[in-house]
Amino acid sequence: MGRLKTFTRRAFLVGSVAVAGGVAFGAYMVKKPHANPLLADLGDGEAAITPYVRIDADGVTLITPRADKGQGAYSVQAALIAEELDVDLDQVKVDPGPPSPAYWNTALADEAAQFMAPGDGIGNDAAYGVLSAVMKLTGMQITGGSTTVPDGFIKLRQAGAVARETLKLAAAQKTGVPVGELQTRAGAVLLPDGTSLTYAELASRAASIEPPQDVALRAPSEWRLIGKPMQRLDVVAKSTGTQVYGIDHRVDGMVHAAIKLNPAQSGPLVGFDATEALKMRGVKDVVKITGGFAVIADNTWRAFQAAEMVEAEWGPAPFPPTMDEHWQALSASFADDFQDSRKRDDGDVEIAIAETGEILKAEYRAPYLAHAPLEPINAIVRVDDDSAEVWTGTQVPRFIQNNVGRIAGIDPENVSVHVLYMGGSFGHRLEDQVVKQAAEIAVQMKGTPVKLTYSREEDLSHDFARQIAMARMRGTVRNGRVETYDLGIAMPSVVVSQMSRQGMSVPGPDSQIVAGAWDQPFAIPNHRVTGYRAPELAPISSWRSVGASSNGFFYNAGLDELIHAAGADPLEERLRLCSIPEARKVLEAVGEMSGWDGVLGKGRGRGVALTQSFGVHCAEVIEVTSTEDGIRIDKVYVAAEVGTVVDPVNFDNLVKGGVIFALGHAMNCEITYTDGIADQNNFDSFQGMRMYQCPEIEVRGLENGGKVLGIGEPPVPPAAAALAGAIFAATGTRLREMPFNKFVDFV
Amino acid sequence: MRLTVDGKIHEVDVEPDMPLLWVLRDELGITGVKYGCGIAQCGACTVHIDGVATRSCQQWVGDVEGEVTTINGLGNPDALHAVQAAWIEHQVAQCGYCQSGQIMSAAALLAENPNPSDEDIDDAMSGNLCRCGTYPRIREAVKTAARTIRSV
Repeated sequence: MGRLKTFTRRAFLVGSVAVAGGVAFGAYMVKKPHANPLLADLGDGEAAITPYVRIDADGVTLITPRADKGQGAYSVQAALIAEELDVDLDQVKVDPGPPSPAYWNTALADEAAQFMAPGDGIGNDAAYGVLSAVMKLTGMQITGGSTTVPDGFIKLRQAGAVARETLKLAAAQKTGVPVGELQTRAGAVLLPDGTSLTYAELASRAASIEPPQDVALRAPSEWRLIGKPMQRLDVVAKSTGTQVYGIDHRVDGMVHAAIKLNPAQSGPLVGFDATEALKMRGVKDVVKITGGFAVIADNTWRAFQAAEMVEAEWGPAPFPPTMDEHWQALSASFADDFQDSRKRDDGDVEIAIAETGEILKAEYRAPYLAHAPLEPINAIVRVDDDSAEVWTGTQVPRFIQNNVGRIAGIDPENVSVHVLYMGGSFGHRLEDQVVKQAAEIAVQMKGTPVKLTYSREEDLSHDFARQIAMARMRGTVRNGRVETYDLGIAMPSVVVSQMSRQGMSVPGPDSQIVAGAWDQPFAIPNHRVTGYRAPELAPISSWRSVGASSNGFFYNAGLDELIHAAGADPLEERLRLCSIPEARKVLEAVGEMSGWDGVLGKGRGRGVALTQSFGVHCAEVIEVTSTEDGIRIDKVYVAAEVGTVVDPVNFDNLVKGGVIFALGHAMNCEITYTDGIADQNNFDSFQGMRMYQCPEIEVRGLENGGKVLGIGEPPVPPAAAALAGAIFAATGTRLREMPFNKFVDFV
Repeated sequence: MRLTVDGKIHEVDVEPDMPLLWVLRDELGITGVKYGCGIAQCGACTVHIDGVATRSCQQWVGDVEGEVTTINGLGNPDALHAVQAAWIEHQVAQCGYCQSGQIMSAAALLAENPNPSDEDIDDAMSGNLCRCGTYPRIREAVKTAARTIRSV
C-alpha cells in the first residue's frame, strides 16, 4: 500500500467522447474493446470507452454497472469514481447504465478461472485466458462473487482521475491559466484567483481534448472518501418508503400477472382448466407458459386468487422423489468414477493413515436452502413487433437481453433492460426465470406491458436452491497435534446446473465443489481435499458464498474434531498450523477480541472457525450459553482481511448481515423435497433468523493485504462451524448436520 | 367503500375481502407498504390503524375501521419521524425492503413505550423479518429514536 499507481496505455486506455451537450469518460483494458453503449444514439463505435462518467448540462452522472441488491454497490462504485473526480456524492446522479458487454467483470473472471483445476493438463493461466476471453465475448455484466470492489477499485478511480485531469485541461484552455495552477473541488475547477468553473460548463470543451494517459492515482493518505464512514445514497429513500423497487415499478397500461408452476420443481404442465378462474373479477386471461400457467388480471391479488382456482394436471419432477435418495446419491459419489478434483494433496494421507492404529472418521451434511430475499421476484416485460423492453432487478442484464430476444424472436440488441432496485438477492437474481416467464406471457399479448409478480409461495418453493452437500473426513493425530486430514466433499455442480439454464455447458472440474476447503491456510503434514461431483438432483444455484457456504462448515468441523482428538485448543492449534500471515492475523484478532484465553462460566462455550473464500481470510469466534430453554448465542467476534475497507459503515453492516444470514440458516433452515415438491414454501417453515435470536456482533476489518477484496460473502462460510464448536464446548454435543435445530434446541 | 390513508380520504371499489395491503399498493399506488409473505410472518406490510401496528396482508379492507397510516404518511424525506431519522443516522438499511415494516413496528412500540428494555425491543420487533440481517442496527436505532421521543 501507499505507492502511487500509474496506469499505462498498455494496461488501460482512457478516453472521452462527446455526448449530447457534454462528455463521457471511461477506461477499458481489452485488446479489442466493446463498443461504448452510451454512444449507441450517435451510431459511433469508434471511440472505445467503457463509460463511467457522463457530464452534461444536467450535471455529473456516475455510471455504476454492478447491480445494487442491498449490498450498497451503487454507493461504493460512486465513491470510487468521486474520490478522484473531486465531486461530492450529493452532487451527482447514479445510473446503472444500459446492459453492455463493455461492463464485463474482470474480477469474476479471476474467480471463474478456478473452475479449471491445475493438474488436468490445462494450466490455470491458460484457463484464465480461455475463461476471460469467453466472459469478454459474452460480455458477462454480472454482479456476484464479492467482486464489485475488486473489479472497480482501480478501474473506477482511473475513470474519475482521467475525467478530472481532462476537465482541468479544458479549464486551462478556456482561461489561459496553466494547468499546474488549477485545483479541483466539489465538481468544479478552481482558478488561483478563487474563481470556479463547474464541470458542467467545461464539459463540451473537454470532449474535444485528448485525455491524458499518465494520470497517477492518489495515495491513500490523500483519500477524502475511501476508508471514511459514508452515508449510503439510498438510506433516506429506504427509511421513508420512497425507494422504488422492481415490485413497485409501474408502466403505463400494464397488466398484472401471477403464475403457478408445477409444484414438483421443474416438472411439466400436462394440461389445465381455467373455466372458474376466468369468471373471477378482474381476470383477463389465463395462458400457458413453460412448466405452468399464468393468470393475467388488473391487480396482483386478483391474479394470485384466480391462480388458485385453475385446475391443473402436472407431470413428475426430474429428480428423485425422496430426500433419502438424494442423500444416497451423494453417498454413492465418494468413488473414483465421480472424482472431480484433487487440488490439495500434501504429504501422503494413505501412508499416514495406514501407519496409525487410531483413525478418526466423521460425515457431515448440508441441506438445500432457499435464497428467499424479502422482495418476491418480479419483472415487467413488453414485447413489440421488433423490440422489447424489460424492467427488473437483476444481476445478469446481458443474459436477459439474450433470453428475451430468443423468446420474442427478435435481435437481443433490440431488448432494452432497465435494472431496478432489488429487495435482496443472495444470489437469487443471478437467475432470470421470472423474466423469461414474463416474456412468454408478453409475446402472447404484444404491446401490453406485463408485470409478473411471484407469490411468496411460488418464489420460495421454486427457488433454485443452494446445493445439497456431504463431506467425509478421515484423520490422525500424534503428540497433541493434527497430523493427517483427508477431506472428501460430494455435491452436484452448481455452476453446471446454473449455466444449463442459460443454454451453456461448462467444461472442466468445478472448483466450487471444493471452494472454501482445498485452499485453506493450514500446513497439515498429510492433507488432502478431494471433490466428488454428484449427479444432478434438484436444480441448484449460487447461494451467498456458493460452494464455500457448505464447505466452510465441513472443513472447520472436521478440523475441530481432529484438534479435539489431539487434546489441543481449537484456536491455538489453528494458529500453530497456519501458514499464511494474513490468516494468522485474523485468527489473532478474534482471539484478542474475544479474550479467548479467559474462562467462561458453567454451561458456556466458545468455538472458532476460519475460512478463506473469495480471497478473504475471515475468522469468527462464537460464544454460547446452554440454558434451560436451549442454546443462546451470546456474542460473535469477526475479523476479516480485505486489503482496504472502502466504507467502514457498509463493511460493518455487511459483515454482521453475513453472520446473521449464515447462523439463521445453519440453525433453522432447510428445503426438503417430497415427490419433487418443496416441503417449505413460506416464512413460517423457512424462518432464517429473527431478532430474538440475534447475538451481539463485534467486527474488525484488517488492512494488511495488498489486494482490495469484497466482503459480501466471506463472513458466511465460517459461521456455522464456529457455532457448532461453541455448542460442543458448552454441551459435548457434536453437530455434523445442518440445520442444527434438528438436534439441539435454540432459545 | 371509503378509506382514510395518511390523512387523505379515498373511495375504492374493491371486494371487501381484498387485503388492505393490495388496496394500498395496487389501487392507491402507496408502494412504501411492502408485500413479503402474505401470511403475517414477515411484517413488511405493517401499517398503523388508529396507531396500532397491523399486518395489512391479513386485514380485509372491508373490516378496516379507523385511520390508516403507512410509512409514506409517518414522515417523509423533508419531515422525518423520529424513528426514520434514527434509521438514517444508524444507516440501518441494506436492501431496505423490510425497513418500512420495521419502522412502523418500532414507531408503534415507542408510541406506547418510549423507554423499552432490550427485551421489549426484541419482543416487539421479532415479528419483522430482515433477510439481510440488519438487526443489530435496528436495535441501536430504536434506542436512539426512543431517546429523541423522550426528549421532546
